[in-house]
Amino acid sequence: MIQIDNISKWYGQFRVLTDCSTHVTKGEVVVVCGPSGSGKSTLIKCVNGLEPFQQGDIIVNAISIGDPKTNLPQLRAHVGMVFQHFELFPHMSITQNLTIGQVKVLGRGKEEAQQRALKLLDRVGLSSQADKFPGQLSGGQQQRVALARALAMDPICMLFDEPTSALDPEMINEVLDVMVQLAQEGMTMMVVTHEMGFARKVADRVIFMDNGSIIEDAATEEFFGTPRSERAQIFLSKILSH
Amino acid sequence: MNYHWNWGIFLEQVKGGDETYLHWLISGLGWTVAVALSAWVIALVLGSIVGTLRTVPNRWLSGLATAHVELFRNIPLLVQLLLWFFVVPELLPRDLSLWVKQEMPAKEFFTAVICLGLFTSARVAEQVRAGIQSLSRGQKMAGLAIGFTLPQTYRHVLLPMAFRIVIPPLTSEFMNIIKNSSVAFAIGVLELTFQARQMQEDSEQGIETYLAVTLLYFIVAFSANRVMALIERRSRVPGYIAAAK
Repeated sequence: MIQIDNISKWYGQFRVLTDCSTHVTKGEVVVVCGPSGSGKSTLIKCVNGLEPFQQGDIIVNAISIGDPKTNLPQLRAHVGMVFQHFELFPHMSITQNLTIGQVKVLGRGKEEAQQRALKLLDRVGLSSQADKFPGQLSGGQQQRVALARALAMDPICMLFDEPTSALDPEMINEVLDVMVQLAQEGMTMMVVTHEMGFARKVADRVIFMDNGSIIEDAATEEFFGTPRSERAQIFLSKILSH
Repeated sequence: MNYHWNWGIFLEQVKGGDETYLHWLISGLGWTVAVALSAWVIALVLGSIVGTLRTVPNRWLSGLATAHVELFRNIPLLVQLLLWFFVVPELLPRDLSLWVKQEMPAKEFFTAVICLGLFTSARVAEQVRAGIQSLSRGQKMAGLAIGFTLPQTYRHVLLPMAFRIVIPPLTSEFMNIIKNSSVAFAIGVLELTFQARQMQEDSEQGIETYLAVTLLYFIVAFSANRVMALIERRSRVPGYIAAAK
């Protein structure tokens, strides 16, 4: 589904990604972790072309992201993305947030889009908030709306860029619950997160990044059992000790 | 102060005519509003386009937009007006030049509108740009991520919020254009300031004249301010911090 081949990226002289390669097969859940500044957010934004890269290529559903002829908007419409800071459209009601993409990008009728939106809001437990605006919801609620917005486009895979890092602790689980459910339904997911509990529970593989490189790419049990790299061992011991 | 006050002057007839001085001022006010509103349409439309283009990734487009802003912002308004009136017609192709100089109807009015519209468009552009750039980078990414093209992202995501954010400075700009329209008297537009000078010379009641004109400008600018405040209230986003009272 997602094939990342030797991606490198520079900001001017500064190299942020070095020769990253990995893949996510259909139905697989892959967690990307690592210290801040390790390039994991940048990597995931390369997957749907939100960040350009200078070397290598990424193939999503048999379409090359690096090819300048690729119709990126068309591709992105089917790759759901959830951001750290939710990024709902503040001037639109919750329902409008869920319907605008369906109507303007997928060309669905208003009625159909509305139905789909309400169904998804019900799924994330927010039916009662349909007519409110993003600014009137809590962070956890906003992130669940953002998830529903991505799902409304019927994505073939989902990208998550630290979906719980901006949330108060008591709101993290309400978002993770939806993500776990999604994973169990067989959604293809690439998730940048520090939530190791989530990784253990649903991830098939864990990727560990440091300094713009993929240091470790292992099956979940293997990663939490005995990570091969010393850097990953130190990282795990730091975040799992509490 | 040895001044002969005469507040009844406005209802007196002008010398050698059958209209009152009030007629002059009302007619001047009409032209002031006409110049200001017409120029505001140009400023708003052009300023929005130029301000938006300043933020796009295409270097040629953003460079062109920057050039527009710098050109119209670095020359004094009065000088620009005189350039448009005396210099630009000379630079036109011969036939067009002759037509502008000899036959163009309401030449002074249109010159003032174009000049004021372009001058203000540079300022509006800067405000629109600031509004767009005040939005988080994530908003643009979120728009692109659901499959919007870049123009769609601007249309549905960035501009609706950017415009809401810049309503307060745009209000100032709207009021500025009304007040700045007074320079049009320099090329002979019969607007409020022109009429005031004419009334002062004709009636020799300068103090009443300019106090009345001050009040009229104040009322127009204040009305513009109220209209913008209404728009600001109507477009407020529920729960959004910048719109909170």
